[in-house]
Amino acid sequence: MKLKGRVWKFKDHINTDLIVPARFLNSSEEAMLARSCFADIRPGFSEEVREGDMVVAGANFGCGSSREHAPVALKAAGIRGVIAGSFARIFYRNAFNIGLPVLECPEAAAAFSDGDVLCVDLDSGRITDPEGDIALWAEPIPPFMQDIIASGGLVAHTRKGLGQRGFRP
Amino acid sequence: MIPPMTITEKILARHAGLDTVRPGDIVRVDVDLALANDITAPLAIKVFHALGVTQVFDPNKVALVPDHFVPNKDIPSAQQAKGMAEFALAYGITHYFRPGEAGIEHVLLPEQGLVKPGDLIMGADSHTCTYGALGAFSAGVGSTDLGVIMATGKTWLKVPPTVRLLYEGKTGPWIGGKDLILHTIGRLGVEGATYKALEFTGETVRSLSMAQRLTMANMAVEAGAKNGIFAPDPVTRDFMADRSQEAGVFLESDPDAHYEQSISIDVTQIRPQVALPHSPDNVYAVSDIPPVSLDQVFIGSCTNGRIEDLRAAAEILEGRKRARETRLIVIPGSPRVYLQAIQEGIIETFLRAGAVIGPPCCGPCLGGHMGVLAKGERALSTTNRNFEGRMGHPGSEVYLAGPQVAAASAVLGRTGGPEEL
Ligand code: SF4
Repeated sequence: MKLKGRVWKFKDHINTDLIVPARFLNSSEEAMLARSCFADIRPGFSEEVREGDMVVAGANFGCGSSREHAPVALKAAGIRGVIAGSFARIFYRNAFNIGLPVLECPEAAAAFSDGDVLCVDLDSGRITDPEGDIALWAEPIPPFMQDIIASGGLVAHTRKGLGQRGFRP
Repeated sequence: MIPPMTITEKILARHAGLDTVRPGDIVRVDVDLALANDITAPLAIKVFHALGVTQVFDPNKVALVPDHFVPNKDIPSAQQAKGMAEFALAYGITHYFRPGEAGIEHVLLPEQGLVKPGDLIMGADSHTCTYGALGAFSAGVGSTDLGVIMATGKTWLKVPPTVRLLYEGKTGPWIGGKDLILHTIGRLGVEGATYKALEFTGETVRSLSMAQRLTMANMAVEAGAKNGIFAPDPVTRDFMADRSQEAGVFLESDPDAHYEQSISIDVTQIRPQVALPHSPDNVYAVSDIPPVSLDQVFIGSCTNGRIEDLRAAAEILEGRKRARETRLIVIPGSPRVYLQAIQEGIIETFLRAGAVIGPPCCGPCLGGHMGVLAKGERALSTTNRNFEGRMGHPGSEVYLAGPQVAAASAVLGRTGGPEEL
């Protein structure tokens, strides 16, 4: 699968409180979460973000709480992929589970700025820009995660498994 | 011959039905206990319904604890809590805790004997790693993972490499589990153990109480770790004996187990610690930082909301008063802790010291309820995270420390250690 989108750039250690501040956690409605996305560190994000945009960030993206509201909010806001230097463990797992592709590429944050256009091939991990000036490789997605994406997220993947005898997630 | 394994590897192997596992293996495991709270359960329940199943895998192995926004703080949180209660009733969940029974999940479950050595526990809360204190494997997941676990009782895990922490020496005055773990995170960094297991070992930890161990395992995730774990020992056995018919399975790492890294920590030199804004690894001895004035001190949370923590704070606050300009909030971690604190006279000490006492819940820890900070305000807190905006306005600041430093700072009205009083 190939994605192409406008970049929103963030620094290192973007924690889940910054993605969805706790005061918005009294709801799990997608529309509400989309509106709260980056409310404190990037006011106006939810109005300006467009379907298909991408987040590019530094190290340890999604650290902090286990709240799945964070990747859900990003996806509901229109973000189609996150490329970061590294991810916190729970965020990484949550993102795949809900069908938001995330890729680890330590060089991406230095190569892209806000508003740039980024192209990524999820199968190969190739990251480029439309002019062809940038060419980076992301860590390939582990086969297990690819399976989940191919099924359309963990729910669909599990439903499929539950349908068969001898459930194997 | 089974190759040597760490305790984490042994627990994962047992739950995967395998003789042996190695770091990097992806294994499918049986879950002994699945946990969610009032924030994460609503999403997990949606997922559960989307799976089209008609029952949970085992109503005795699911725990639902309302603790973040309770008593309900507004209409949306009341709706969420109601949905959780209805789910618990409909599916016969044994361990659903009503307000009055409920406390902070990670204080409550060990206290109720629901967590045993050797168990594998998955929770939709990042501090699920707390239960490693009892020699269990426990890790946080998101709501989708948890919804699937509630339906199937199974999940998949990548076996983490283990980093061994070796604590040696006798601790100095006022040093507790919080100081040891803050010091450790200061050394490892917030990414220092990402995807890894942290194993707490050494002569020092053998003499630590269960409360101190729970505090330390609780913050393993603050170094990015998947789980933190202590091998169970006589302290664990005594703790379990008071709470459960079952002692659990006592496992330990083989002497020749493979560690990715071993780090020795000489505890004799550690002085009362504090993590400065805005990161739990920004750690110093409190006596080494220029004092800053405080608008609020909070004593509580899943890190330091146990009776031992309240006792430690009360010892310092006995006969003293908080500084005039500094609010002091104390929240016992569970109804049992609250009752015990009343019986021991600790609550009276806090009230006389000028504290506000809250009902057992997460309180101001996550900045959504009961003690939210205003712009420019500064708090010292016994909680586990001090990210920007964690306890309120993004322009507020949080300092993290143990209960003794918190109590002393409340009296001083600024950051400072108990030796200053
Ligand atoms: S006390 Fe704080 S860290 Fe612990 S479970 Fe509650 S919100 Fe999370």
